[in-house]
Amino acid sequence: MLAFLIRRVSQSAVVLLVMSVLVFVGVFYIGNPIDILIAPDASEAEYLAAIKRLGLDKPLWEQYFIFLKGALQGNFGNSFVYNEPALKIILDRLPATLELAFTAMFMAVFLGIPLGMVAGIQHDNLIGRNIMRFSILGFSLPTFWVGLMLIIIFSVYLDWLPSGGRGPTTEFLGMQVSFLSWEGISYLILPATNLALFKTSLAIRLSRAGVQENLQMDYVKFARAKGLSNTRIIGLHVMKNIMIPVITVLGMELGNLIAFAVVTETIFAWPGMGKLVIDSIGVLDRPIIVAYLLITVTMFIFINLLVDLMYSVLDPRVRLGDER
Amino acid sequence: MRKKLLLSFVILASLVLGASFANAKDLTIGLKGEPTSLDPHFHNVTQNNQMALYIFDKLILQDSKQKMYPGLAESWKPINDTTWEFKLRKGVKFHDGSDFTAEDVKFTIERIPNVPNSPSSMAGAVGAVKEVEIVDDYTIRIHTEKPAPLTPRNFASFVIVSKKAAEGKATEDFNSGVAAIGTGPYKLVEWARGDKIVYERNEDYWGEKPEWTRIVVRPISNDGTRVAALKSGDVDLINFVPPADVKHMGEDKKLALHKSSSTRLIYLHIDTDREFTPMVTGNNGEQIKNPYLDLRVRKAISKAINRPAIAARIMEGLAIPASQMLPDGYEGTSKNLKPEAYDPKGAKALLKEAGYPDGFKITIHGPNDRYVNDADIAQAIAQMLTKVGIKTEVNTMPKAVYFGKASALEFSLMLVGWATDTGEHSNCVGSLLHTFDKEGGFGKSNRGRYSNPKVDSLLEEALVTVDPAKHNELLVESVEIGMNDLGIIPIHFQVSVWGTKKGLTYNGRTDGYTLPHEIKSK
Repeated sequence: MLAFLIRRVSQSAVVLLVMSVLVFVGVFYIGNPIDILIAPDASEAEYLAAIKRLGLDKPLWEQYFIFLKGALQGNFGNSFVYNEPALKIILDRLPATLELAFTAMFMAVFLGIPLGMVAGIQHDNLIGRNIMRFSILGFSLPTFWVGLMLIIIFSVYLDWLPSGGRGPTTEFLGMQVSFLSWEGISYLILPATNLALFKTSLAIRLSRAGVQENLQMDYVKFARAKGLSNTRIIGLHVMKNIMIPVITVLGMELGNLIAFAVVTETIFAWPGMGKLVIDSIGVLDRPIIVAYLLITVTMFIFINLLVDLMYSVLDPRVRLGDER
Repeated sequence: MRKKLLLSFVILASLVLGASFANAKDLTIGLKGEPTSLDPHFHNVTQNNQMALYIFDKLILQDSKQKMYPGLAESWKPINDTTWEFKLRKGVKFHDGSDFTAEDVKFTIERIPNVPNSPSSMAGAVGAVKEVEIVDDYTIRIHTEKPAPLTPRNFASFVIVSKKAAEGKATEDFNSGVAAIGTGPYKLVEWARGDKIVYERNEDYWGEKPEWTRIVVRPISNDGTRVAALKSGDVDLINFVPPADVKHMGEDKKLALHKSSSTRLIYLHIDTDREFTPMVTGNNGEQIKNPYLDLRVRKAISKAINRPAIAARIMEGLAIPASQMLPDGYEGTSKNLKPEAYDPKGAKALLKEAGYPDGFKITIHGPNDRYVNDADIAQAIAQMLTKVGIKTEVNTMPKAVYFGKASALEFSLMLVGWATDTGEHSNCVGSLLHTFDKEGGFGKSNRGRYSNPKVDSLLEEALVTVDPAKHNELLVESVEIGMNDLGIIPIHFQVSVWGTKKGLTYNGRTDGYTLPHEIKSK
């Protein structure tokens, strides 16, 4: 277990290093931020002064090493447009994104898995088929379109829910969150639903397939023969077995939710990281873009690790230390 | 008896309700952009400059057509060629209750070039200042190295901060609100970045008291969402109504639209410098000499562009065909220039005369996320040029990529925009038409490298001519020469549209700012 962890951490460090080089070089070649940041009628002296202030006068490799040195000490440099540490600005936005992503994931798990199991058990009747139809819609409709439809239906026509923004927040564990007040929740419902749609469909499909496969298995027949109740067979034994693929996929998808909630955040003017990074790309705010991507990679690495650890809990046959 | 009681109750209730309606003067505004900072001297971009006016005042303010009127300075005049005197307004208080005096002005002028890490400073506005002399608490003299006729214009571009509140403070302190202490109509309450900025009315404001007691500004960058927020009543006013939505919003009885012309010029920059320009070839792909060097070719391109059609169809009526760099009525604008009429036959004839009877092949470049319908305009122009025989390809790209390449002179014919926030012509002549001159600070955005010594000398003379009539005359002449020479090819001025719920009025502003103290209920 310990050897496994050490190996994973050192591999991760290499991945991060390679990523940082790629991202840095990539962002460098997109364009020169000064052309976008500076007022077009600025004088040459101001132009040069701004380049120097932002450290853009140095060659690429030197900029990279300054960045790397800072990054190893936890400092990703100051944002060009906000003049505050990039890391701080991203972490300020993190709670909003996490809240949105976890709410969406919560919806996907607690709606998707039960629905998928129902669809798996009752695969040949109307309920099962309708659940599957819903999941096809959830898969195929583009997120931005669904988002706009949700706004048009629930905000503009029915006037039930606000069209965007985050609304009032309450402090919880040192973070500002929406889900502790009714008004806050009303702001959360539409974007979370929008974000959850695809994941819910995914959970439905995975658990349906899992249930159908497991119901054919000998252990189920054996359990039935032994006289176990249907609820117990499905709720405990089958459930446990279908959870492995579901957890793997949803675990990966959680990373996606956090990292790529961009579309939903933009449509619902949700003040999260995704919106921040889109704005930052627009003005080539390099420190934010680089820091954001590195944080995202770190998060994926961490989630993967967590998924692997959960495997071993769910299925004792999986041994973490094994070299293949 | 019971009826009477009920009646009086109803009357009472309606009175209370009516009163509370009268008091509920909250206004929620949905803006496309968010300021990058509340430090008014940190980043010289529109969103920041506009937000600064909620909290702060300028010495000289600009009305909705950018004419100057007294702000914190009651009057200003040149005493001699290199000295300007400003008389300051008495009895003005900052939000923290301290008095506004000449010290604050001096502090501000000295702070502007020295804001740490500024990505685009406002130093240009005070670049001519040699010394700030405090005569008394309410009189200040600005000494300049050379005659500086633009001093009032420049001083109408930055806001005054409080020395007491801002001395030794950093940009973060403005963002957190500690140093964001102004004399303006609103006080900052809270900035939740990415979500909202909240202001409350400054009850001690020296000028006309605004109608709204509380302002909430929400950044909503997505066009569809911004429109939906207005339609659902979540916000009371939005800016940058997208042209595609203007028609159906105009038909909505619960909404009102408010239009105003702007100083945002959309134009073509054209390589009039290099003998061989990269994006032009002969019809068989062979290299040819730069045809844009020939005035007749430039004229042909201008004649080939159907400006009214672009304004009507692509811009949904939200554009005004342009003949020069600022709309009529602005300082330095020529009365003799008219938008080039659509004349494809004349264009063909000119091309033939210039020795290109069969035309040539070119590429037009443009951004696709910077100006209203920018990529569509480039497409339309390409079709119009192809129609008169110049086979045109289109290449558009995100602004983040585009402007770097454009400044590196990788393009030959490019679509660009220019907004003259100062409201007078020397700004655009100096940046777009004057010969590129790094040291002198001229031609900074002259990406076609147009050069005409006559334009240069006229502008340079205007810049040291303090007499307003003479100054204006010199500017007009430089504009006329540059435009007749087609140093740039003007297309149109954008029209800005604000949407509000019914019952609100906003006269709009040519600088595109959304200022809550100019929003009124009917």
